[in-house]
Amino acid sequence: MNSIEIKNIYKSYKDAKALENISFEVKKGEIFGLIGPDGAGKTTLFRILTTLLLKDSGSASVEGFDVEKDYKAIRNIIGYMPGRFSLYQDLTVEENLKFFATIFDTSIEDNYELIKDIYVQIEPFRKRKAGQLSGGMKQKLALCCALIHQPKVLFLDEPTTGVDPVSRHEFWEMLKKLKDKGITILVSTPYMDEASLCDRIALIQSGRIMHIDTLDNIVSAFPGNLYAVKSGNMIALNFDLKDFSGISSSYIFGEYIHISLKKDNDENMIMEFLKMKGHSDIEISKLQPGIEDCFMELMNNPENR
Amino acid sequence: MNEDIIITEDLTKKFGSFIACDKISFSVKKGEIFGFLGANGAGKTTAIRMLCGLILPTSGKAAIGGFDIYKDTEKIKLNIGYMSQKFSLYEDLTVKENIQFYGGIYRLSPKDIKERSKQLIGELGLESSENSLIKSLPLGWRQKLAFSIAIQHEPKIVFLDEPTSGVDPVTRRQFWDLIYKAAGRGISVFVTTHYMDEAEYCGRVSMMVAGKIEAMGTPKELKSRFNSGSMYEVFLHLARGAK
Repeated sequence: MNSIEIKNIYKSYKDAKALENISFEVKKGEIFGLIGPDGAGKTTLFRILTTLLLKDSGSASVEGFDVEKDYKAIRNIIGYMPGRFSLYQDLTVEENLKFFATIFDTSIEDNYELIKDIYVQIEPFRKRKAGQLSGGMKQKLALCCALIHQPKVLFLDEPTTGVDPVSRHEFWEMLKKLKDKGITILVSTPYMDEASLCDRIALIQSGRIMHIDTLDNIVSAFPGNLYAVKSGNMIALNFDLKDFSGISSSYIFGEYIHISLKKDNDENMIMEFLKMKGHSDIEISKLQPGIEDCFMELMNNPENR
Repeated sequence: MNEDIIITEDLTKKFGSFIACDKISFSVKKGEIFGFLGANGAGKTTAIRMLCGLILPTSGKAAIGGFDIYKDTEKIKLNIGYMSQKFSLYEDLTVKENIQFYGGIYRLSPKDIKERSKQLIGELGLESSENSLIKSLPLGWRQKLAFSIAIQHEPKIVFLDEPTSGVDPVTRRQFWDLIYKAAGRGISVFVTTHYMDEAEYCGRVSMMVAGKIEAMGTPKELKSRFNSGSMYEVFLHLARGAK
């Protein structure tokens, strides 16, 4: 059973194509990740699905309701956390929560079970104005406000952008618990490493979806041979590798450089080349690709340009 | 290459009873890439604002490019470059106009501005977009351009506050190529990021927790000191320890 169904959606702003032929489904109770950089079209898609923006063509439904005809029904059953912090800065933590509960004709008490785990973390600051909270706390309050009416589907637009790695980790722990309660979650993120926390992901770039699958399947579809390379002088290595014709791509990755070798080239040829360039302490090892390797490979594929 | 471009000693900033920066001491050498990491709310922004001469410290000492951060704030501003994710360029000005505007702010002569503008546009391959408004450019291009503009006056140091947030992974790496080139010609780079793979690209990294610098060293040193396989683990270890 699908919670969200999207078929052939197009959306343009004047000449700029924001979304081109987007189609996918999100199953009930699934955490589905939209992964892509700023400007990929993630927010546009969220705004269409949350009934805040009209598409140019195509169709979309949430829990069986059409995003245009049945917009009122959809608004009652979804929770939406926009990318930009959009709570009332001059209301306190408690007042914001109460406000959202009242809008949906419910109360904090009736729904406390669902938000309890998250709310206890910000409860000590319940009298503080929302505008004076730290980034991590604002994010938790926004999530509570999006959950206060017990939605069936949660739309989270870049909830972890600009958030430090520890708070990001905690946030994903909370999402897992919400999934266990049966809530469907569509979440977008520019952080590729968060892909591993989603059941399925769509890789999106320039308004088009490059690939949809589970992380494992995306990674095993990576073409070619990937190697991690290291030497005593990483800065020179980075520039030298770009000059080697046997490589189809070369990207820095933390303390290594990941290279993809063209056919008929092997590790020994790289080793010889780097020695000739004067490198020492050279390490070359075969590598399992990660999501970011896959994303960049897809970006370089002419079909996705 | 042993000249200290930043040097701070017990630098402290209090807001009322809240200590945002608590006796931080460190130095950044000429041409060094220094990663300034920490959790949200750890005090990074306050520290950067002091180092850029925008707010005065409560106590402690610091000099940027030899200029005192209490007395010479105006000189500091002329000798540094700055860009952030949140604000970098004027969206309603064209590529060329932004270059000219910032060149003027940094008091470059019209002749210099003209020359550098041509060179910078050429290096970035933006010839066909030089008269386009910034808002029409993809974010990745904007950020690369913003960086080149922030160093067009050849500052001693450039401050980069989350310069690659939200940028696609290919452009993120091209951005770091630009950083390496700038450092290679002697510009010090002071950078904050939430991407822990980028922490590995820094010569040295400091880790700020609740207003204090809890650890500082090369990525390799920090990983071995905290017995961690990656900078992400180092970060978790230090930031969690604080809670």
